[in-house]
Amino acid sequence: MRYLPLTHADRKDMLSVIGAKTIDDLFVDVPGAAVLDGPIHGLPLHASELAVERHMTALAKKNLAAGDAPFFLGAGAYKHHVPASVDHLIQRGEFLTAYTPYQPEIAQGTLQMMFEFQSQVARLLGCDVANASMYDGSTACWEAIVMARRVTRRGKAILSGGLHPHYVSVANTMAKYTGDVLDTRLPVLGATPDTDDLIGLIDADTSCVVVQYPDILGRIADLSALADACHAKKALLIAVVTEPVALGAIKSPGEMGADIVVGEGQSIGVGLQFGGPYVGLFACSEKLVRQMPGRLCGETVDAEGKRGFVLTLSTREQHIRREKATSNICTSSVLCALAWSIHMTLLGEAGLRQLATKNHIGAIGASNVLSQVPGVELVTPVFFNEFTLKLSKEARPVVRQLADKGILAGVSLGRLYPGVESLENGLVVAVTETTTEEDVATLASALREALA
Amino acid sequence: MSTINQSGWRPTTPEKGDSDTSTFTGNRALMLEEPLIFEIGSTETTGVDFDFEPGMGAYEDRLGGLARTAPIGLPGLSEPETVRHYTRLSRQNYAIDLGLFPLGSCTMKHNPRLNERMARLPGFADLHPLTPVDSCQGALEVIDQLAHWLITLTGMHAVAMSPKAGAHGELCGVLAIRAALDARGEGHRKILLVPISAHGTNPATAAFANFTVEDIPATDDGRVDLAALKARLGPDIAGVMITNPNTCGLFERDMREISDAVHAAGGYVYCDGANFNAIVGRVRPGDLGIDAMHINLHKTFSTPHGGGGPGSGPVVLSQALAPYAPLPFVEKTAGGFRLVEEETADEHHAGTFGRMVAFHGQMGMFTRALTYILSHGADGLRQVAEDSVLNANYILRSMEDLLDAPFAKSGPCMHEAIFSDKGLPEGFSTIDVAKGLIDEGYHPMTVYFPLVVHGAMLVEPTETESKATLDQFIGAFRSVAARAKNGDPTVKTAPHFAPRRRLDETLAARKPVLAYKEPAVAEAAE
Repeated sequence: MRYLPLTHADRKDMLSVIGAKTIDDLFVDVPGAAVLDGPIHGLPLHASELAVERHMTALAKKNLAAGDAPFFLGAGAYKHHVPASVDHLIQRGEFLTAYTPYQPEIAQGTLQMMFEFQSQVARLLGCDVANASMYDGSTACWEAIVMARRVTRRGKAILSGGLHPHYVSVANTMAKYTGDVLDTRLPVLGATPDTDDLIGLIDADTSCVVVQYPDILGRIADLSALADACHAKKALLIAVVTEPVALGAIKSPGEMGADIVVGEGQSIGVGLQFGGPYVGLFACSEKLVRQMPGRLCGETVDAEGKRGFVLTLSTREQHIRREKATSNICTSSVLCALAWSIHMTLLGEAGLRQLATKNHIGAIGASNVLSQVPGVELVTPVFFNEFTLKLSKEARPVVRQLADKGILAGVSLGRLYPGVESLENGLVVAVTETTTEEDVATLASALREALA
Repeated sequence: MSTINQSGWRPTTPEKGDSDTSTFTGNRALMLEEPLIFEIGSTETTGVDFDFEPGMGAYEDRLGGLARTAPIGLPGLSEPETVRHYTRLSRQNYAIDLGLFPLGSCTMKHNPRLNERMARLPGFADLHPLTPVDSCQGALEVIDQLAHWLITLTGMHAVAMSPKAGAHGELCGVLAIRAALDARGEGHRKILLVPISAHGTNPATAAFANFTVEDIPATDDGRVDLAALKARLGPDIAGVMITNPNTCGLFERDMREISDAVHAAGGYVYCDGANFNAIVGRVRPGDLGIDAMHINLHKTFSTPHGGGGPGSGPVVLSQALAPYAPLPFVEKTAGGFRLVEEETADEHHAGTFGRMVAFHGQMGMFTRALTYILSHGADGLRQVAEDSVLNANYILRSMEDLLDAPFAKSGPCMHEAIFSDKGLPEGFSTIDVAKGLIDEGYHPMTVYFPLVVHGAMLVEPTETESKATLDQFIGAFRSVAARAKNGDPTVKTAPHFAPRRRLDETLAARKPVLAYKEPAVAEAAE
């Protein structure tokens, strides 16, 4: 029990200071019937560091890591190269093992980083202000819908068919209980997203329209007309970005008039990690800031006039407003936000643009090669680093077949939209700077074989 | 922002006549001032290299006319500058690696580095959430093993692994209650009873899930008022949200009776399990009649808090609520592990209330928590509870002669001891004691929570502190408390030795500055 420093002698001394005979005296308030008299039966006892390491390593080896295979999965989580210094810096104990900065005088490191993160996120998404992170993109998306309800005092949200189906699923779960009305639709396997079609759906009950950019099939479309249409009907436009690297190459949703922009930050600085922890991005215009959920860091001065940072506007939050709070969120994802911020600082604007260009060129090259394969058709001519192929047969078994050969081919729309026949031949393929030409050639030849 | 430091930022320059204590740079030996990245970086600088691509930049894009034209304004730093910037910032932080973090209700304990190493194994860290299930059997097995431990340690029936944090776990628990009531055709039960000593997230969660919140008072001895609770039960009550051990640091002696009464009245019992580390291995919440309880993995099982997250809040469920658990989850079958999602939720899981997050929850935290659990084993975890309770009572009994301890006579405290500002002279308050502790080299305890105690100071030492550490902390705590009681004015102006003196939180809220603006822009906005 190497993590417990008390010795038997210490425990004895301490019990005598307390005035208790045995440790059981300190548990007298537990009803007798609920007391356990020894370690719970059926669970192993403590183990050495070496033994635990062996056990966990054996479990890890049962997985096919992304880096060990030609890899093309995206659909909301992306494999990018993270510079070594990012992980080194977030493992510094002063960041890793610090608490929420409620005592700002000895938490300026975390607070200044949060302020920098907020500033970076706001600029990237094209908004005035951002919060200091949410759990992930999907929960940030629901929080944005709730915020739009609060701002507009209307309860109907229109969700684009291009929105990640898991994000739609999260919203559906919550709406069932909160009374929000969701107008949701399925994507159509075609070249353009439903951006223009959504305009006609906006009415006097609409709180917001939610679109993803680039969308679940990798498509991008100008959001300006949709933003204007929302504003004309006093509704909000919420844009969801699941691949923020894209914003190094394409216009931000904020520039095109989105009122709230949320995102999944995972692709910058945070690894795949089988789905979490990730980092939710959340930005909006300045006038909406008091309706924003989550944690905010603000600039101020100390008693000597020196610049410093504190958590602020906490009057929106659960620890003051209790049941009237804007959200029940208490934790954010600060360590992941730190990783995001460090990676973004290393990139800078110049590096981000290069990274985005490299992703885009690689994806163009891959789409050219793959669409030469008989039985493969590129359905999305406009994209950033992710595009959708239509295969001559159902994509899901093809993906499984290729995985057995050690190729992680992409995300089949059959997995994301089970039972939707019109989508089952769709395969979403993501290409990043980690994808090599050999990877693409391997996938092409395996697809050629599988579709023959 | 294309050249370095166009903003004009410069460190504090020495005042005339103060040359003994001032420096040219504003730094003081190892205490280094650090500007913002926006003040030292430039949009042309980068700390990364990309492989040379001959045709890069001269390609025809496929962006549909949406290529970025306007600058974003993101500063870059070279790699050495980046490493220095964040290393310098890190030195402005207190952390558990530096010393005792006596935060009540937040459990800041030692974070073993083995957990970090295991979470970074490529098989876990470099695994896509939508990878075919045959290629991630080891990851599913981690989830299954952790689930087995959580169910067994709590004596419950099932566990929902996906909630992203404690408060998200609360949401999961109350949604399961909602789903169970709806399945019984009792959608009219809309009121959740919440003791006034509860974490603020409890009422916020209930409201977020569209319940109505009603408070339940506490007794003078710091526990839920059983009579008041029973009196309020009835056909409109969905259930109760209770914290046990509670935020006054006490075990709810009447927990079984509370559960029985709530069940008899047709409601469910939600338990905030934030303080599970005080009873793990000694008490199973399932034996107390609890229907749902979240477990903050960072608190009981030592995943790092990271300056405020990420968290992870799996929720254990009773037999009554298990059918309503959210998707996705892992199931063991003869051929391996399978992932139950929307499409594979058979009649066995038909009651599920749906999906709470995009993927499977905080896998990176599961790996860390499982590593910690296996290191401790069933015997070590029981010792965790005993040592955390022992350490807290040691602090309670070592301070109660000097500081008011409102529940000192209510029985032993569990893992945290509570004090109040009663007895401090006019003009001195809890915050002064807290800031005084900073100068002694400690992070202050939790202050002004729970609300049921005036000027509360909630101290939680945790089980990973030695007696020597506790003795030194007690000495410092007594010294600061004594100085405050004696009206020492220097306590009012503490901290004196921190990187910053007291910060003006009112100014920050009155004139919010939430993002960096170049000085010219900021001036124009004035």
